[in-house]
Amino acid sequence: MSYEIRLSGSGGQGLILAGIILARAAVIEKKRVTQTQSYGPESRGGYSRADVIISDTDIYFPEATNFNCLLALTQEACDKYLFDLRDSGILIIDTTFVKNLALAAENTYEASFTDIAQEKLGSPISTNIMSLAFLVKITGIVKEDSLKQAIAESVKPAFVDLNHKAMKIGFDLAKNYKK
Amino acid sequence: MQSKKTKTLEPQTETKLAELQQTRERRTVLMQGNEAVAYGALDAGVNFFAGYPITPSTEIAEILSVELPKRNGVFVQMEDEIASICAITGASLAGAKSLTATSGPGFSLMQEGIGYAKITETPCVVVNVQRMGPSTGMPTSPAQGDIMQSKWGSHGDSPAIVLYPDSVKESYELTIRAVNLSEKYRTCVILLLDEVLGHMREAVCLPDLANVRVISRIKPTVPPHWYKHYDENQKYLSPLASYGEGYRFHVTGLTHDSHGFPTNKSTEAFEMMERLRKKISYNIRDLVQIESHKMEDATIAIFAAGIVSRAAKAAIVMARAEGIKVGLLRPLTIWPFPDDAVRKMLRNVETVIVPELNQGQFIGEIQRLTKDKSESNVISLQRCDGTLFTPNDILRKIKEVS
Amino acid sequence: MATIPQKIVHQYLRHDKKFPHVWCAGCSNGIVLGAIIRAIAEMDINRDDIVMVSGIGCSSRMPVYIDLNTLHTLHGRSIAYATGVKLYKPYMKVIVITGDGDCTAIGGNHLIHAARRNIDLTVILINNNIYGMTGGQASPTTPHMAIATTAPYGNIEPDFNVCNLAMGAGASFVARTTAYHVQEMQKYFIEAINHPGFSLVEVESACPVIYGRLNKKGGAPEMMKSMRDNTIPLAAYEKLPKEKTEGKTIRGILRQEVRQEYCAAYQDLIKRVNVKEGK
Repeated sequence: MSYEIRLSGSGGQGLILAGIILARAAVIEKKRVTQTQSYGPESRGGYSRADVIISDTDIYFPEATNFNCLLALTQEACDKYLFDLRDSGILIIDTTFVKNLALAAENTYEASFTDIAQEKLGSPISTNIMSLAFLVKITGIVKEDSLKQAIAESVKPAFVDLNHKAMKIGFDLAKNYKK
Repeated sequence: MQSKKTKTLEPQTETKLAELQQTRERRTVLMQGNEAVAYGALDAGVNFFAGYPITPSTEIAEILSVELPKRNGVFVQMEDEIASICAITGASLAGAKSLTATSGPGFSLMQEGIGYAKITETPCVVVNVQRMGPSTGMPTSPAQGDIMQSKWGSHGDSPAIVLYPDSVKESYELTIRAVNLSEKYRTCVILLLDEVLGHMREAVCLPDLANVRVISRIKPTVPPHWYKHYDENQKYLSPLASYGEGYRFHVTGLTHDSHGFPTNKSTEAFEMMERLRKKISYNIRDLVQIESHKMEDATIAIFAAGIVSRAAKAAIVMARAEGIKVGLLRPLTIWPFPDDAVRKMLRNVETVIVPELNQGQFIGEIQRLTKDKSESNVISLQRCDGTLFTPNDILRKIKEVS
Repeated sequence: MATIPQKIVHQYLRHDKKFPHVWCAGCSNGIVLGAIIRAIAEMDINRDDIVMVSGIGCSSRMPVYIDLNTLHTLHGRSIAYATGVKLYKPYMKVIVITGDGDCTAIGGNHLIHAARRNIDLTVILINNNIYGMTGGQASPTTPHMAIATTAPYGNIEPDFNVCNLAMGAGASFVARTTAYHVQEMQKYFIEAINHPGFSLVEVESACPVIYGRLNKKGGAPEMMKSMRDNTIPLAAYEKLPKEKTEGKTIRGILRQEVRQEYCAAYQDLIKRVNVKEGK
């Protein structure tokens, strides 16, 4: 079983870090994993994506080509990658920025992650972790505890609490999600 | 006897291998290709790094700037890539195991210095994390455009040793091998990575240090007046003294005799050139590594290196599910080219597909080795747009020819 | 028993198959080599602990003749190679022999950055105002309106003041002398080699066969006389009225100051890191 995830948005949204954290959570669960990325020259703005493939067997091709799950934090990313989502794939969008869906995916989850982060944590900085936690809860691709541990291993000690808080909000959003 | 007013201090930066290889927890971790190169370098005993920041290789410099001082090694950021290759060559002559890392534009700048390291037979390693070229190109996009440059980049004939990994784990292993080969063969060894590999992360468990085989240059045992910097011996692998050990040898980029002094005699020039050539060609069995994947019953072979081979492997799974017998040949050493192995392994297949992220560089080598096949059975698949071949791209070609 | 100077020089040369040397009759490079040898002999440094590094050009052929650890490198890159040697073995004395074209044109970048780092190299720049080995092309120190084979109508470019360049980049020891002032040169070499930091000694030299011929400067003796008559020691320069010093080149130690040397700074960094790591 191989599971392909693409996290997409723009530079500065922390998607590559989110990809690394997800991959690290998979490592904690002793799964095979690859994490790749593509981004423009901008540190802030521009396009950015991170792919994570989690599998029980050897992973040959390291980029996601036919996603089981797509997280899109910007309209551009959503428009660009939506068509590579599998038929039964899960689409998660940040309605703060994604206003139009070119294609109605079967399993679409919508939440205004950036607004919620701003509102509940006082800054959009943790949108990446919040939406990742949401994704983890919805897909069940790694355990919640693994994600928690991966976050602790990946961010600076001073920011662990903030990110764990964001994670909790993401989990809760998913738990209480009504289609 | 000379008195010594200037004290011969204990060389402070000369590091012991154990120090470099500091024990660290060996468990499965998520590791980036560039990170694996940096740790491979440390485990191989590299104690001198000089470099200049360039995407997509910068992480190697960044990690070594953290790790080398902890291990008494030297990290220096030079003013450009030219200075970087020069500094690692100078340090190597003083006894260091040295390495630099760069990408396309920097690799181009280093070519003269690489030629110098080769003609002076000075061990050093250049890591080139390839990006899309020519010129500035696409700094964060993959391409395999430096295959031929890594062989022919420097002017004049100078046989090359170039290694090419396809995974994070193998990046670690081949970095160690590159350092080992540079020390053994006294030459500048090049490690080519794909941009995607340099930046991608995989779960890796590095081996215990007890299982890491480290080779260091042979030191001369003769008294200084008997020492020849380029000793003619069996297999052309000769001892190497370092500056400060009493040997007081001369090193020059001019064509030189076996003592290292410049010469204009055609006989001595011939000898030097032959030595450089034979050093590689006489030891080809030691240098060549090639992976053969599902080739036993294959009628179609794919020849691919680095990241492209991984798309090929994924395509092979899909093709075999449809009953197409296809296999993969993947060189881990691309130069010297594994002529004999490739010729032998391709003998029994009908068709060869050569996918590469350039406008056709490996294909010439394969055509040279497949004179027994008709031209239409040796197929070049090229891509040069900053993206990878997907498994489907390769599968399509396989189906087309099957 | 005092050793006669020629014998000292003799002791430091490589004798088998390295001679005759490549330099023309009347060239100043041999004079500089002699002064370097006498300086090293006077300082009594173990020659195993000295590395002489050079680039490409007439002056850069010097290392092959002298029995030290010698490294004859690429055009312009001697300082970069020397940086590698010095950083790995900071206890060694690293002397760079370079020319005006080698050091200030193709190698200008390495010069200024080594000076900025203040790494303990001794750069001896033999300035003959021209590319001699390749037959007389203009260099960054070819005087304005002087003739070179690539400036047949007179050099329209202004020339570098090499010492000012080095000082501007942060060199902590800078001196200028000429091939005529042999004892002064030897003294400066000793000062420079002992100086803990980046040092540069510019030696004005005579190239009668190429530069002298193209610019009608006469033969070696005339060019030597010119170096004697057209230069002036720093102390005298400061005292004399302006009209007497006009057009004269200053000789002397132009800067000598102590600031943190790069290899020492790196050793400090290692200590700092290891304290932090609890070692």
